[in-house]
Amino acid sequence: MQVPAPFEYERATSVDHAIGLLSRRGSTARLVAGGHSLLPMMKLRLANFEYLIDINDLHRDLGFIKVEPSRVRIGAMTRHRELLESDDLRRLFPVFNDAERVIADPLVRNRGTIGGALCQADPSEDLSAVCTTLDASCVIRGPAGERVVTMAQFYRGPYETAVGPDEILTEIRIPLRPNGSSAFEKVGRRAGDWAVVSCGVAVWLRDGLITDARVGLAAVGPNTTGIPAVSQALRAKAPSEELYAEAGEIAARSCSPVTDQRGSAAYKRHLAGELTKRALRRAVARIRGEEP
Amino acid sequence: MNTGENPPTQFVDNDLKPVGHGRMLRKEDARFIRGKGRFIDDIQLPGMLHLAILRAPIAHGRIVSVDVTLAEAHPKVKLVGTGAMLAEHGLAWMPTLANDVQPVLATDKIHFQWQEVAFVVADDRYAAQDALELIDVEYEQLPVVVNARTALEASAPVIRDDLAGKTDNRCFDWETGDKQATDAVFARAEVVVGQEMVYPRVHPAPLETCGAVANYDPIDGDLTLWSTTQAPHAHRTLYSMVAGLPEHKIRVISPDIGGGFGNKVPIYPGYLCTIVASMLTGAPVKWTEDRFENLTSTAFARDYVMHGEIAATKAGRILAIRTNVLADHGAFNGVAAPTKYPAGFFGVFTGSYDIQAAHCAMTAVYTNKAPGGVAYSCSFRVAEAVYLIERLVDCLADQLGMDPVELRLLNLLKPDQFPYTSMTGWIYDSGDYESTLREALKIADYAGLRREQAEKRASGELMGIGVSVFTEAVGAGPRKDMDILGLGMADGAQLCLYPTGTAVLRVSCQSQGQGHETTFAQIVAEEIGIPPADIKVVHGDTDLSPFGMGTYGSRSTPVSGAAAVLVARKVRDKAHLFAATMLEVTVADLEWRKGSFHVIGDPAKSLTIQQIAKWAYGTGQLPDGVEGGLEAHIHYHPENLTYPNGAYICVVDVDPGTAVVTVRRFIAVDDCGTRINPMIIEGQVHRGLTDGVGMALMEMITFDEDGNCLAASLMDYLLPTALEVPDWETGFTVTPSPHHPIGAKGIGECATVGSPPAIVNAVVDALKPYGLRHADMPLTPSRLWEAMNGNAQPPM
Ligand SMILES: Cc1cc2nc3c(=O)[nH]c(=O)nc-3n(C[C@H](O)[C@H](O)[C@H](O)COP(=O)(O)OP(=O)(O)OC[C@H]3O[C@@H](n4cnc5c(N)ncnc54)[C@H](O)[C@@H]3O)c2cc1C
Repeated sequence: MQVPAPFEYERATSVDHAIGLLSRRGSTARLVAGGHSLLPMMKLRLANFEYLIDINDLHRDLGFIKVEPSRVRIGAMTRHRELLESDDLRRLFPVFNDAERVIADPLVRNRGTIGGALCQADPSEDLSAVCTTLDASCVIRGPAGERVVTMAQFYRGPYETAVGPDEILTEIRIPLRPNGSSAFEKVGRRAGDWAVVSCGVAVWLRDGLITDARVGLAAVGPNTTGIPAVSQALRAKAPSEELYAEAGEIAARSCSPVTDQRGSAAYKRHLAGELTKRALRRAVARIRGEEP
Repeated sequence: MNTGENPPTQFVDNDLKPVGHGRMLRKEDARFIRGKGRFIDDIQLPGMLHLAILRAPIAHGRIVSVDVTLAEAHPKVKLVGTGAMLAEHGLAWMPTLANDVQPVLATDKIHFQWQEVAFVVADDRYAAQDALELIDVEYEQLPVVVNARTALEASAPVIRDDLAGKTDNRCFDWETGDKQATDAVFARAEVVVGQEMVYPRVHPAPLETCGAVANYDPIDGDLTLWSTTQAPHAHRTLYSMVAGLPEHKIRVISPDIGGGFGNKVPIYPGYLCTIVASMLTGAPVKWTEDRFENLTSTAFARDYVMHGEIAATKAGRILAIRTNVLADHGAFNGVAAPTKYPAGFFGVFTGSYDIQAAHCAMTAVYTNKAPGGVAYSCSFRVAEAVYLIERLVDCLADQLGMDPVELRLLNLLKPDQFPYTSMTGWIYDSGDYESTLREALKIADYAGLRREQAEKRASGELMGIGVSVFTEAVGAGPRKDMDILGLGMADGAQLCLYPTGTAVLRVSCQSQGQGHETTFAQIVAEEIGIPPADIKVVHGDTDLSPFGMGTYGSRSTPVSGAAAVLVARKVRDKAHLFAATMLEVTVADLEWRKGSFHVIGDPAKSLTIQQIAKWAYGTGQLPDGVEGGLEAHIHYHPENLTYPNGAYICVVDVDPGTAVVTVRRFIAVDDCGTRINPMIIEGQVHRGLTDGVGMALMEMITFDEDGNCLAASLMDYLLPTALEVPDWETGFTVTPSPHHPIGAKGIGECATVGSPPAIVNAVVDALKPYGLRHADMPLTPSRLWEAMNGNAQPPM
């Protein structure tokens, strides 16, 4: 039996209540959302916090997927399972559904949240790749009020984000742009395994030409990376196998994987290219209605 | 011979209610599916304390000091134990199953990472864990040996300086077969193919981790120990020998066990710490290992580096096999195998083939890794042996440009060669290997698969077909050859029919999920003709069951199963005497039809076994020299092992872009002789095949160069899930064992043993276009991609 060190526990009743508790307790406190990253670390005593603030009751306020004319807003307490089952997301950003199908297992997906996933900032985290791909921004609230940061600003390093010790991530915002689609590819060693490499792609087309494209790669560097060079190479070009291959080469060249138990750096670099290619192919096929 | 394909879905018509052998649902599942199983951690005793173990974070080093003052001062702590304290009681070291020794708690030196250093006993598990952090241990690090290949280098630090005169890391040397004869055949062979292959270190990883509850009664001097053991009686004897407690005062109970796979054969330091803690505190003490401890410190399996060579004619007749093996035994030799067999039954590496000569030379070494070397569903190293020969045969097929099935058909032993004495001295009892293989080929549509593969190859797709034809050796074992620490490998059984005609069978083997409560009831039902529902099987409690060596190495059915048959026949023979008396005829006048005795020629005059049971305890005049009651006892030792066999065909697809392997089909035809409950057999086979996918594709205990174990959680030590395995296609042939009373052979480990080479052969076959002849397990996407790029690496 793995047992954590002693800690105190309180359930927050509102976002402001949570922020108040955080301000009072400082760095000895932690929010617990789904608990699927935090609790295993505490049970292994890799992380010891004296004070846990449970924000699961905030699912009432922060568990939502709202479609507005120019953006989609996702509450930080939205569970993996809700993202997986959302028809709106499947229609607007199929990358979510692709990714959620291969994140962890149903047990983890029932509890784990998008807020927890992003705030954990694990370099192999899949939703970070999805949000980077979709050019999402994060709404962070603290005692001083609310601020909005881009994904690039959000990540400070592995397991480090822009969310301060007395702040809480409340919402993720994704801009809505016409004539686009998206896709996600992942290689794990087994179902429910973290990514060896995973890759999100979003593409927008007009008159047969790519107007914009974005890539988000996980597990090939200290944090999820967007690789702007890929976007540049794709803009104003007609989609083709050669173009996908070129994008893949850029992705492979531009990332910085390391050798570990999940794979060699060379293999991961290869995958970054291969998965970029595959995701691009699928996203374009989706725009053209050739694939669901 | 019977052959057949099992139904595609598990169809069990329990209304048929077999009185004896046949498909029926498991009796024990009524409690398991309701969550009412009773496992070690479910045991609660009044006043029970909790034990936690402090483990060393380094792989090799000296203990400079251990300071427990702060831990002892913790308000909830009742006892802190150290190696020094155990040494005062003469308990700091204990024997391993292989006659080596291992510290219960380290006294002066750490030999592997996460070795046991101290324990804390506290009011609850949380406090025990908290107090561990208050123990201050100072270590002085020593250089480590993690790679077996460097263990014998002169510069390697000597790990076992506790052994008098030890100047290197050699654990043992062992050889089998005839070196001279084998070398002579090799010298004149037309074709010789060699291949080095690694069977990586893997872990049995049972769902339930190890644990114990010890309850020592200081007044009576009785010790009751509930523990996760696959061999309760043998453990009882060993505890008596190690701890000096009188054996009749020790009761070992192995309640419901959540999987063993060999992991629960050894005695672990945790069990002994728990016993000592209960004796010193006078209270019951519980220790439940966590997943991390189970994966890092309990018995591993495999870890063989094998260099194999096969000699043949150009036409494909296999002549001889020889191999050099480097065996990594970790820090202590904890191998679980009969004494005369330091390499288990690896000697069966000649496989299913008719050859002229064979030889194996093995060197075993100590390294700074956890001890073990247990039978992880491998029937004492048969898994390694089967992998070696089945990979070698494929390498030969590749060299000769022959179809691997054709090559095997040319060399398989023929039915009339049995009993067959192998070139390494094993006496295979029975088999019809060609029929078994042909059944698999039929289910698979092998020719069709090869056609499909040719089409796919032409379009750049990577499809592979792998075959393995294996022979197992299970059911240890014959009294003249086999013992563990001096205990012969025989099993007891006791059967008692009660006056109302129901029965209790007491067996010495013990179930970790195999379904013994069902199978053994069916075995007895078949012999005495009362329904399995009326037969209770008692096992896993040394006070309630006769002595025997436990459940591992697929020995339950071959040994305890035979004992159950024979004890039932003893009871039936006695009932026969009673029936003759009751019907006033002679014994010869009666014939047995399952469940009743009938007067020959006057079948209406008959008695059921239940009627006889009632009479046995009644007042009627007994036959001369016969006691009343209807019960019998037996202590059975088999005359030989049983040799189940099988033919497996695996179909894989490899994604050329990502090197991800998908096992698309798997056809398993097993021959385990007489089939007692086909549903349970299929369950065992499905389990073993899944294991095989795990080992072939993902499982491995890795270490970094400092000896840190990198497989310390199930996120790092990957086990396959339902999503990695196909719908198994199973079939069977039936070649009874000639020496088992009902012709049954073991089945528990066949699939684990037979499937990994089929999968690896399939993957290598898929990669023919890449010119690949071999790649080592585990074939993770990354390792396979490296192999596809000419950079195949042995696993580390
Ligand atoms: C077996 C297993 C397999 C997994 N596989 C994958 C996988 O394949 N891919 C993948 O991407 N992920 C995977 N995960 C991670 C999973 O997605 C987690 O649920 C997720 O990382 C964390 O979400 P959570 O809600 O459980 O966060 P928690 O564990 O509750 O919290 C994580 C961290 O975020 C902080 N936090 C949480 N919410 C907020 C907030 N609103 N504002 C500020 N800080 C916050 C917490 O304080 C904590 O530090 C896996 C997890 C498990 C257990």
